[in-house]
Amino acid sequence: MAEGKLQLAMYWAASCGGCDVAVLDVNEKILDIAAAADIRLWPIAMDFKYHDVEGWQDGEIDVCLFNGAVRNSEQAYLARLLRRKSRVMVAFGACASFGGIPGLANLHDRESIFQAVYGYTASTHNPEGTRPQTRLEVPEGTLTLPDFFDDVFALHQVVPVEYFVPGCPPTPKTIMTAIEAIVTGNLPPPGSVVGASTQSVCEECQREKSEKPVVAEYHRPQEVRVDPKRCLLEQGLTCMGSATRGGCGALCPAVNMPCRGCYGPMPRSLDMGADALAAMTTILEAADEETARNKTGRLADPLGTFYRFTLPVSMLRRAPKGPAVHS
Amino acid sequence: MGDRFEPRIAVLCCNWCTYAGADLAGTSRMKYAPNVRLVRVMCSGRVDPAFVLRAFQDGADGVLIAGCHPGDCHYINGNHKTMRRFPVLQRMLRQWGIEEGRIRLEWISASEGDVFVRVVNEMTEAVRALGPLDWRTRAAMVVPETTHSPAE
Repeated sequence: MAEGKLQLAMYWAASCGGCDVAVLDVNEKILDIAAAADIRLWPIAMDFKYHDVEGWQDGEIDVCLFNGAVRNSEQAYLARLLRRKSRVMVAFGACASFGGIPGLANLHDRESIFQAVYGYTASTHNPEGTRPQTRLEVPEGTLTLPDFFDDVFALHQVVPVEYFVPGCPPTPKTIMTAIEAIVTGNLPPPGSVVGASTQSVCEECQREKSEKPVVAEYHRPQEVRVDPKRCLLEQGLTCMGSATRGGCGALCPAVNMPCRGCYGPMPRSLDMGADALAAMTTILEAADEETARNKTGRLADPLGTFYRFTLPVSMLRRAPKGPAVHS
Repeated sequence: MGDRFEPRIAVLCCNWCTYAGADLAGTSRMKYAPNVRLVRVMCSGRVDPAFVLRAFQDGADGVLIAGCHPGDCHYINGNHKTMRRFPVLQRMLRQWGIEEGRIRLEWISASEGDVFVRVVNEMTEAVRALGPLDWRTRAAMVVPETTHSPAE
């Protein structure tokens, strides 16, 4: 270990790379991070080999920032390996914390995903029906691919995690708050969310909200001219703000885009999707069942909207495997 | 009876109307399917969608939400709130793979013991026809063991 510097590892699993880019988004403060820490692993920025990681001593890394969900054997192996090598494991970003966008695949399983991806999507050309194999013998040796799981997991469903840094991606302020807390050792109890608020996005949103909100009709953002001052939910947009932990500074509603819920559920929430469903539908202007049914029919994809980032950590976590029962 | 599937149905019913209606059915010695487990809440408007999800997660095969008729709510309009949530909840559960017939919303007043009996019997047979939901088994998530290093 180097002379007292923080030993830092960053890894990506089932993620888009946005979390890694978000770390660079702190701009010149990256120099402060580099001054305070030895970056031991960061596949997006520097060349490392898994052999090197396997050679480290257990607990040699002070902090591992792990972004992305876990949905294949390589990711699970690295999650377990890095857990062993790191004293503090941080689920970094919405995917590692809650499953994130990849977590929506829990409505399907491996077979139905493969059927779509290697079968019937409009852009698939695969007349021989080739599927990925985990092992292939070729004259030069053996080629391997990771094994694709049925389920998408949040990081803490695979290995114990000390802290959660939410966001898709975490904002620079969230990242710096979290990193400063780690560097100074000024940390809350393990299991906590760091770098975010304990209040909802609405608390940070500057829009005007009425005492008794009412939604006349639901709309998609592209269908209406958004009033830049009024609460988006009251204008009928499916804003997740009231069900979502703040800390982002309400960046999306500030630019007329409804909150999508990337900072995850509120503290002590039972189920983020249930929270959002209740918040959005209870205030609908509908005095009878038929009106309620007709007006709520405008919510095209309730599950995908309410659980956009949190399906694997919700109460029901995934749909039953096998062929879909519904239509 | 024998091997016949006996569904377990959670009934979330309001204190003022449906619970009293169920009580009337009981004191009137009416018979109804023993498949229901009644949970009394102060108002059908108190039924957080999370309660329904928890019931399915914990092994319910069906969930019945029952409260006062619209206009009769003890709290003026609590049942209207349930009425607005319900169609979305039902549609969202279908996306989860939970059939529409496993969840039902009914208005049953304190004088409608017979309606309570009919609804419970109907729902029991409807859910029996759908079969066990068995959420814990069918939606289980287990992380496969991976000892093989991708570096090899």
